[in-house]
Amino acid sequence: MPSATPNTKSSLTVALALLLLAGAPSGEQKKISIYSSVATYNLPVVDRAGHEYVGLLEILEPLGRVSATAAGRRWSLRYNNADCEFVSGKTRGKIRGRDFELPAPFLVENSRGLVPLSSLSTLLPRFLGNSVTFHEAARRLFIGDVAIQVSAQFDVANPPRLVLTFTAPVNPTIATEPGKLKMVFSREPIVLPGNESLSFSNTVITQASFSESNGAAELSIAATAPLMARFSDNGRTITVAAASSGELPSVPSPPEVPAVSGQPVPPPGNPAPAPPPGHPLVIVDPAHGGGERGAALSDTLPEKAVNLGFARLLRAELQGRGFSVLLLREDDETVTLDQRAGIANAAHAAVYISLHADSQGGGVRVCTAMLPPDSSAKGPFRSWNTAQASALPVSQSVASAVLSALQKHQIPARGYSASLRPLNNLLIPAIAVELAPGPNGVSDLASANYQQKAAAAIADGVSSLRDRFGVQP
Amino acid sequence: MIPRHLLIGVVVLLVIVLSMGVYLRDVSRAATERQRLAEDNRPVMPPASGPTETVTLFIADDTIGALRSQPAQIPLPEGRQQRAEELLRALLQIYTRPDSPHRLAPAADLRSVYLVDPGDAVVDMNAAFADQHRSGILTEQLTVNSVVQTLAFNVPGINRVRILVEGDTRETLAGHADLTQFFDVNAVTQASTQAAP
Repeated sequence: MPSATPNTKSSLTVALALLLLAGAPSGEQKKISIYSSVATYNLPVVDRAGHEYVGLLEILEPLGRVSATAAGRRWSLRYNNADCEFVSGKTRGKIRGRDFELPAPFLVENSRGLVPLSSLSTLLPRFLGNSVTFHEAARRLFIGDVAIQVSAQFDVANPPRLVLTFTAPVNPTIATEPGKLKMVFSREPIVLPGNESLSFSNTVITQASFSESNGAAELSIAATAPLMARFSDNGRTITVAAASSGELPSVPSPPEVPAVSGQPVPPPGNPAPAPPPGHPLVIVDPAHGGGERGAALSDTLPEKAVNLGFARLLRAELQGRGFSVLLLREDDETVTLDQRAGIANAAHAAVYISLHADSQGGGVRVCTAMLPPDSSAKGPFRSWNTAQASALPVSQSVASAVLSALQKHQIPARGYSASLRPLNNLLIPAIAVELAPGPNGVSDLASANYQQKAAAAIADGVSSLRDRFGVQP
Repeated sequence: MIPRHLLIGVVVLLVIVLSMGVYLRDVSRAATERQRLAEDNRPVMPPASGPTETVTLFIADDTIGALRSQPAQIPLPEGRQQRAEELLRALLQIYTRPDSPHRLAPAADLRSVYLVDPGDAVVDMNAAFADQHRSGILTEQLTVNSVVQTLAFNVPGINRVRILVEGDTRETLAGHADLTQFFDVNAVTQASTQAAP
């Protein structure tokens, strides 16, 4: 048998390496960030036949009442009072009864209607009646006048400082690397009114540059010494200066009072932002997400999707009643039970509401934690598994108020207690709400009308305790 | 006119095709049956012998979303542990029937019950019990409550119940009910009483 020569061996190795490189994942998943006054969220973008596509239902879902149906190749959608219809493979569709031409064919995949990204700046205003600004190359879409402007002022003090002033509170992810401090704004609609790059005639801070890509904006500050960023003015100002000796450049604490509406989910382990005075914080937790699908409500409907849609509606209802709301997940992402409990406990929220859905039975079920009768703390520490004990009486009051409101809205409702995490691990009043089918069966679970009715009732129930929470009417 | 030898050849081929079809169908049926039997991993337990006793089973009922107590006559052995196991087997027998008010997978079964003094019961279920359980807060909690209350009511001295799956801790029963902790009998009884319609 002939043996391979060194040349042949090295050629094979190179070929194998090339093959492995070709098969390796292509890196970060493409996504689009959407900023509106109602919600800030991002959605996955897929490539089809040389065009980038995104789900139309997914774009509109957080913005209003929306429902979609797929019948063969026909796909129709109703958003508030606007109807549209498209046919898979065709570029021409109808929106509000008028023809609309897409730059690439409409696609239907697994009952999801996909539209080309390049159509969004003309397509969305037809539904929303609002102006839409789309930074297509960076995949950042601004609905209405939501942009946060940033201005930079250089102060040649000792040490020199770069003062960044924003028109609204921000909470970027900050990272340092040799010669650079980077701030990534993945949830804030940051735009730069002027030049994308500023140079300073200084030996420490030399340059600041702004860039945006894949649904995020980035401010990068170049320096010859380690830098430190400090927040002030309730998160509206970030001051970047050289770190003094003994002071490590690091990620600073989040601002004390950041955005109210569509607040970003704080990274696990970091405390959530404090709500503005008079607007107590309600944490709404769409259960499951990411690889954890929850119950299979139908062949095509996972519980995690219903929970997220329901959570967005509940957020809008609660905000309408004077509450600040933090959604524990904005997208189809994995958040562990310990992370959920950690964020909720650190936020000192007035109420925590976990949202679930079930295809069995009917109506809405409200449950509180099931704890052993003698679970109260006997020392300075509280057991993680019975942390809810001290808040349980208030949790039961919240559950009772929500049950009464559901019944007032003529929604069959019942309460019970369950051994359900993370309820047991929470120090704050906490309930779980399980949405079961309505009069039309399992299809109700995906119905915006049914979810809206239930969300309004739950928000009424929570709001009925406004005196206890100190909500400003 | 078709030649005679060609006609015979076609007929023979047709017979062979039909025979192969019948053979393939039989092989496919046998494979399906083998797979079904392989998935049905219920241990074959000898029936308990001895005099029958009247016990109270707490049966989960999905239509009312609560437990209802039901008397049953089952043969119970002498030992506490064996009695606990027979009680749960009687309960699972109801849940695995096609007309059950709270259906569990046909292959759902009990592996063992361990009674640890003072007052702890550890119930070890097989994988089918959890893997094929319907997902939902209420439906999972009803199963847990049913197991805990049936044990505690009929086997005196049990204060806490833990449910394992195939001898290991499972995070949740089917995505909701927390199985990492002991269930307190008093808490479960109180919850079941409150939840009763």
